[in-house]
This record gives sequence, structure tokens and C-alpha cells, in this order.
Amino acid sequence: MAEIRIQNLRKEFGDFTAVQSSSFKIEDGEFFMLLGPSGCGKTTTLRMIAGLELPTSGEIFIDGDEVGQKPARERDIAFVFQMFALYPHMNVRRNISYPLVSQGMPRAQVRQKVAEVARILGIEDILDRPVSGLSGGDRQRVALGRAIVREPKCFLMDEPLGALDAEFREHMSEELRKLHDRMGATTVYVTHDQLEAMQMGDKIVVMNHGVIEQFGTPLDIYDKPASMFVADFIGSPSMNFLKFHGAVAEGATGVELHHQTLTLPTQHEAFEGDLVYGVRPEHIRLSDDAPYRAEVLATEYLGTTQIVTLDTQNGQVKARVPSDQPARTGETVGLSFNGAMVTLFDNQTGRALKSDLNAGVLHG
Amino acid sequence: MADVTLQNVSKSFGATKAVDAIDMDIPDGSFTVLLGPTGVGKTTTLRLISGLEHPDAGDIHIAGRSVISETPAQRNVAMVFQQYSLYPHMTVRENLAFPLRSPILRTPEDEITRKVTEVAEVLRIPHKLDNKATALSGGEMQRVSIGRALVRNPEIFLMDEPLSSLDAKLRAELRVELKRIQESLGATLLYVTHDQIEAMTMATKIGVLDEGRLVQMGTPREIYENPVSLYVASRLGQPRINTLPADAFPGAPNGANTIGLRPEHIRQGEGQSARVDRVEHLGDQTRLHLRLNDHEIVSLTDTHTDLEPGDTIAIQPQNALYFDATGARIT
Repeated sequence: MAEIRIQNLRKEFGDFTAVQSSSFKIEDGEFFMLLGPSGCGKTTTLRMIAGLELPTSGEIFIDGDEVGQKPARERDIAFVFQMFALYPHMNVRRNISYPLVSQGMPRAQVRQKVAEVARILGIEDILDRPVSGLSGGDRQRVALGRAIVREPKCFLMDEPLGALDAEFREHMSEELRKLHDRMGATTVYVTHDQLEAMQMGDKIVVMNHGVIEQFGTPLDIYDKPASMFVADFIGSPSMNFLKFHGAVAEGATGVELHHQTLTLPTQHEAFEGDLVYGVRPEHIRLSDDAPYRAEVLATEYLGTTQIVTLDTQNGQVKARVPSDQPARTGETVGLSFNGAMVTLFDNQTGRALKSDLNAGVLHG
Repeated sequence: MADVTLQNVSKSFGATKAVDAIDMDIPDGSFTVLLGPTGVGKTTTLRLISGLEHPDAGDIHIAGRSVISETPAQRNVAMVFQQYSLYPHMTVRENLAFPLRSPILRTPEDEITRKVTEVAEVLRIPHKLDNKATALSGGEMQRVSIGRALVRNPEIFLMDEPLSSLDAKLRAELRVELKRIQESLGATLLYVTHDQIEAMTMATKIGVLDEGRLVQMGTPREIYENPVSLYVASRLGQPRINTLPADAFPGAPNGANTIGLRPEHIRQGEGQSARVDRVEHLGDQTRLHLRLNDHEIVSLTDTHTDLEPGDTIAIQPQNALYFDATGARIT
């Protein structure tokens, strides 16, 4: 198994910089997510770790060895792609055993290994079926089997569930995570789906335009976003941004928005200018006596909770409240905010201002 | 706009019963959603109402008149499909005006201008009217194709997963928008989807389909809180309802075969001890993957819980749902 360290990694394609000087570390046995919108550089980063692209500059260490310029076959990794490429003329067993047979492993040993992998993936009963007749999920299991059977140092996966429909994807993501927990192999996983990243990852790197916006545990990234991009990209509905012009002093615990004082975690830096009061939907409560007023525009029932869309003096916001709380379209209500979980941003740069909440996770 | 009723409508394709004796009432001005997984008969039902398919048995009424022998054009329904099909060489304005220029309608030109402007306002695309259809984003194109249905003033709008090809953010926006448009026009709308979020957030009534049969019809809250069967209970709710043998906890009613536990039906503190397998921090909620004897249970807990894998907690059901051996609800 492997620890992977990325140091000042950079990749240019002609004039275009796909990845700008990235550094992060993937611990041994971690399920690690590279998350971002299309074109953010996440797949390029993964392909450089795999050895399918060579970095323009920077280093990649796998278990302490610098492999940045080494070819893929010398890195002992397994790659699982979004489109599972199986050999259509072979049955399941031969597809899975192929990597071992081509390594020249003795037959008896191959048989034993394939049987073991089939048991882990729950595909023992289809081993002798041709792959052409399999369902999408079974095909993906076979593709995984072919990756697992080699017992590589780590797995690299590029949106392996992207082609599956929603219900089945949720099922497969649980299965993949369980598989990882059983095998403990370092896994680097690329996705643009924030829920998938939150659900499966031990750590997440959020990328945008080739730059790492934030790196940390799912909950830290959700609760303590380093930038407005991260705050907006993670969470559904995403974080609310109440925009205003004003000032905060170092040590401030409140800020004035539309003649109302709203609470904040103790601020560590002073700022004056265009500010954003960032608050997650579940940290807004509807209460009749709160002085900050808003009009209910829409409600969306979700079973246990509901999403209420509100019009405020500082723009539209969405609140997630219990579904038994009455909220009627057209009604004016008061809003109270859980100030301890609020992040202030500089609206110009999108950068989060440091506070008691996020001081521990923001660097530089 | 009009109400639409289906009486005992059936349709088979070869040996497959796609729609099996459906009785359904779509009241005037309602937003009715048909929910079910792929292949359950949702789209066939829509096509039967529109006249694109002919039923083997049963009757369909629109605004009180039987439309069984009418052509799709005579029925005056408007369909919106999953894949927006706009005329690429036309502007947004020309695309929106196209249905009104049909030789059957012979709409006067000033009437067309008025309608197109009005619909563009509703869809919030008046500034895009002179753009080529191909110069629009995916969300805008789908809005235009919805707009092309809106200009016509049909008896009912029939929509077949119109949002499913859009990305998650845009889908969330258009959900709210579609609901707003439907309410402001007082339109009758039948919407087909396999997405439970769309069904719950937009519908005034949800009809749940199972193998061509309509198994329950009710408000989203009724379907979620009072499902008639295990099948219906499994359609709504995230994380989905946990199912265990009824004897996993004491106190099951007579005849109960399965207990259905939604996360809010699981109380922590007393009861059976369960091991924490995994803690999933999703930000707005934290999911606990529990193991009770041999059963896996997914529950919700405090967002910032201290629980870790390997911990043991005690759980018991509270207002749980019970089902008999056939999957029918008993309490």
C-alpha cells in the first residue's frame, strides 16, 4: 500500500496551464477525492499520478520514491476509468485473470486469486458468463475486479460511477467504500459530484481552474470553506451569500446588515469594503420575533425537512427547516442565523476572512 | 386548462403489460407527478393521454369529453420531452412563435408577438429572444422548449423528465421555476420522473406506479408519511427507508413481517445495541451506518457527532411502519 506526495506539480498543454503548482499529501490507506467542475485539472492530476501524463515540473512521490518521470508500468498502480473497457470476446473470468496471465503467473494461483476477487465483489455466479450480456453494474464490478486482482499499491479512479443512473450509483458508491474499508488500499478518486465526494472521501481536494482551492476532511471543507468557490460548490442547496458593504474590526463578533446586527464567530482580521455573509441553509431559522425580515417565495417539501426560498434585503436565500414548520408563500417572516457557523468573505477575491471558526484549517 | 381522467386504461406491448387498468384523476390546475423507476409505465401513460399511443381498453376524458377517438392535435395537449428539440436555424423568438404559426391555429401576427413576449417574461428570457437557439446554454434551451409548450394554451401540459439532462444546480433552479410558472398560470400539468426530489418538491399530487399499476396517489406528505406498501415507502426518503425483519425489535403488531424504519423513526438511547460501521459527514446531515445483528441500518445523527466506527449505541423504533408478508402496510 502507498503514501502519495505531490510537490509543486504543474502541467501545461501549450499555452494552457491545466494544473498550477499543486501540493498535497495522500496518506497510506486513504480514500482521497479530487473534486471540481469539468476543466479544473482534476483528471490531469490523476493522470500524472498514474504516469499517463508527464508533469511539466514538480514531483510525485509514491512511498518516498520520486516517480514523476517514470512510465506508468513502473508505478504499480491500477486505473479504473469511467467507461469500463472490458474485452468483449472474453468471459468474466478471463477478463479478470488477464492482468495476471500476462504477468506470467502460474494457472493455479490465477484461479485462486480470481476466486477470491469474485467473492469480494459478489460476482462468483457470473464468472463464466460472457461480458457482453451483463448489466452496467456487473460490468463495472468486473472492471473493478480486474483492477483489484493485481493487488497494486494504489487505485486511481476517474469518475467510475459517472455512467450509471442515480439510484444504482448510490448503491455502487456504498459498495466501493465498503470494498475500500475491507482492503485498505490507497484510493485516489476523481469526481465532479460533491455529494459523492462528501459521502465516500476521507479527504477532499477541491480544484478550480487548475488551482487547489482547499484541501481537508469533508466536514472541514463544508463547515469552514476557504473561498466562495468552495462554499458554493459544496452542499445542496449551496451556501447563501448575503452581500453588503461594510466593515469588520479584529475581534468583532457581529456585523451590521440592513440595520440589523447579525452575529459572527470572533473575527481574526479587520476588513472594510464589499463583504459577504456566508451562511448554510440549515443554519437559518424562521422565527416570528427575529428582526431581520424576509418574504417566503417558495417551499420545497423533502420529507423530514423542507427548503424555503426567501427574498431578503441582501438577496435571495434558502433555508433548510423541519417540514412540520409552517411557511406559506407570500408570508413575511423573521430570520435568525446561527452566527457560530457563519463565514465572512471578501467579495472581490472570494477569500474567507479568518475567525475562531476557521482559523485552524485556513493556511497562509 | 382542464381536468383529465383515466378510466381503467390498459396498454400492452406484446406480452408486456405497460399500463395495467389505471384509474386516475388529474384535477384542473394541479401539478401531478407520476413517479417510478425505469420501465414502470410512466411514459406510456403520458403517451396514451397525448394520443401518441392508443389504449387496448379503458377511456380517457379531457375537460369532460372522451378523447379516445381524437388525434393528438385535436386533443390540444402540449408535450415537453427530456431532450429539448429546438429548431437550430431559428432564433428563440421564432422557436417560440412556431407552434402558433401552425395552419390549424392561424394566429394573427400581433397576437403571436403578444404571446411570445408574455411567455419570455414568465421564463425570464426576454433579453435572449433574438439569439439563435444554438447560442443558448442547456438550461436556457430547456426553458425555451418549455416556453414553446406554454405559448399554446393547451388543455394540459405533459412533461417527460424535462430536467433530467441538466446538471444538478440548474435542475434545482428550474424545479422552483417550473413550480412558480405552473402556479402563476394555474396550469394543469402531468409530469413524469424517476427523481424523488422532483416529485416531492413540485407535486400537488404524486401517483406512484409499480409494473403498470397505480399503487398510490396522494400529496407528497401523504406518500412519505403514510405509504400503503413497502414499495411506495421505498420510493421517497434519503437516506432510503431501512427494512428489517419485524422481530428485530420487540413490539411488532400481529401479522407484521417487515419493519420499515426511516431515519426519524430511530431513537437513540435505549433498546437494541447496534455497532457503528461508518460515520458519513455530508455537511447538512451526518449519516450513521449501523449494524444490528446481521442487518445494516442507515440513520441520521447530530451533524457534529463524536461517534466513531466501532462504537456501540442503543436504538429503538419510534412510530415505525410495519408491513405484512406481501409488502402491504399494516400500521
